[in-house]
Amino acid sequence: MIQIEHLVKNYGSNCAVDDISLSIGEGEIVGFLGPNGAGKSTTMNILTGYLSSTAGRVSVAGIDVLGDPLNAKKQIGYLPEQPPLYLDMTVDEYLSFNYELKGCKLPREAHIGEVCEVVRIGDVRKRVIKNLSKGYRQRVGIAGALIGSPKVIIFDEPTVGLDPKQIIEIRNLIRSLGKDHTVILSTHILQEVQAVCDRIIIINKGRIVADEKTENITRVIENNRRFNAKICGPQNQVLSTLKDMQGIVYAEALAEKDGDATTYMIESAPGVDIRKKLFFTLADRGWALIGLEALGLSLEDIFITVVNKSEEDDTPTRYTRRSKAKPRTALEAQVAEGLVAEADKKREENSALAPEDEE
Amino acid sequence: MFAIYKKELRSFFITPIGYVYTGAFLGLAALICCYTTILSSSYDTTSYFTIMMFAMGILIPLLTMRLFAEEKKLRTEQLLLTAPVTITGMVMGKFLAALTVFGGSLLVSCINFIPIYTTAAAERGNQTYEFYHIGPVTGQLIGNLVGLLLIGAAFIALGTFISALTENQLAAAVITISVIALMLGLGLVNSLIDVYWIRAVLSWISIYSRFGNFQNGLFDFAAILYYASICFVFVFLTVRVYEKRRWN
Repeated sequence: MIQIEHLVKNYGSNCAVDDISLSIGEGEIVGFLGPNGAGKSTTMNILTGYLSSTAGRVSVAGIDVLGDPLNAKKQIGYLPEQPPLYLDMTVDEYLSFNYELKGCKLPREAHIGEVCEVVRIGDVRKRVIKNLSKGYRQRVGIAGALIGSPKVIIFDEPTVGLDPKQIIEIRNLIRSLGKDHTVILSTHILQEVQAVCDRIIIINKGRIVADEKTENITRVIENNRRFNAKICGPQNQVLSTLKDMQGIVYAEALAEKDGDATTYMIESAPGVDIRKKLFFTLADRGWALIGLEALGLSLEDIFITVVNKSEEDDTPTRYTRRSKAKPRTALEAQVAEGLVAEADKKREENSALAPEDEE
Repeated sequence: MFAIYKKELRSFFITPIGYVYTGAFLGLAALICCYTTILSSSYDTTSYFTIMMFAMGILIPLLTMRLFAEEKKLRTEQLLLTAPVTITGMVMGKFLAALTVFGGSLLVSCINFIPIYTTAAAERGNQTYEFYHIGPVTGQLIGNLVGLLLIGAAFIALGTFISALTENQLAAAVITISVIALMLGLGLVNSLIDVYWIRAVLSWISIYSRFGNFQNGLFDFAAILYYASICFVFVFLTVRVYEKRRWN
């Protein structure tokens, strides 16, 4: 449905989008994820024809955005970060204007009514937009994007500034739109892409640093490697035992105490299930393991490590969908590598700060 | 383009600005007409139209100041620029909407001539004069109206362009008024200068000097072309402003 080939956008000498290539199929819900200034909005603006590209080719439903902008724009409904609402108009007037602006051919009343039903603004259609709450305004913006029933719908940070209930509603709405439309969603809220999207594309500094199915990313997250263990025993000895154990890459005593037990944060090497071994090792020494709690690896961790990783490398490895053999393991490896490096760094800091703990 | 034209036209009258403009224009027109003709016991409308032209320099910026500045401020231009409409269509829609409001108010202001004509008719009574004419000259009136419409169109194009450069409506209005004042001032300075070639150059570029033939009821094609090309240049420049922003 959407083809982006070697897209480059320079603002003067500043490179906002640096050679992005990707293709998005019909009916996919894709999340663009990235820190502020990563190039998400620029990519979307080029896709919608608002900006031009410096180099590269973008096509929507087979229509080149630069070559035939009018027809390409007809395929797209776009909700910018700040919904483009005319505050003096009523909701009906605004949607009628959108209808005319897009040269829509569908039956007018029925189509607008249908869109209002989908985004549930039927009860405010006669009200002036100025007097609506933020949540309703956002929905009117979405309704505007839906007018003309475009094949592709693009949302730029659609849930910013909404309350939790509204956020959930908008997310459900976007999910339901994915049934009939191709949806692109940009956000820097990680739970949002996880909740809504089938596929996640992480962009940093104008480049794609990861392009994964959400389930793969979820699998990486669920592959736990960090634990909080409550162990009764002399702290120094326990800690050095943990650190010496095979399969543990990092251990740290936390300040948390529970009776005579101390809590330790343990991180295992990738792909190693440390739990049984931990139990028996401690039992051998006569120390009781009274609690073991898995610490989930959050999407934040993945995100930060992937982004950091790409910033450290001079030539970041890019995983696009075409290199089908690698992605899953590649991302996992990348994340793992990043985490190990992080753990190493932490350990160094730790030993520098408290050398007596080591003995 | 038609959708934008309709929307602009409507938005003039759902905000106070349309009413403020029409009220001020019609009120001022009536007042000036009254002072320059009936109260000065004259059928000559030349000074009425001249003063109206200067008044337009302040009134037309009211119409044009919000055209693009407001869209930019509220970020609604993103809607227009990502819609299947060309930039030229968008600019023309807005230009024509402002021109329609101006043309409409100019048309309505023609009721000011009714008392002049009735007075003239009363003065003529049943007599017909062979060698002179009592009352306003209709050809001259029409020439003046056409001239005023053309000058108004040129001012609107200028204001549209300036509105596209800023997102502050007040700044747009003030700059437009200043530029129009400069353009009209050129015509006034012109009459004070004795050097022939400077006068020739000034009158060639001055908006005001082209108005002269219309005031005499002459249909001056060169002047029509002149005003039309001013409109074209500024509409074109406005389109370029938006094109440039896309390509930056």
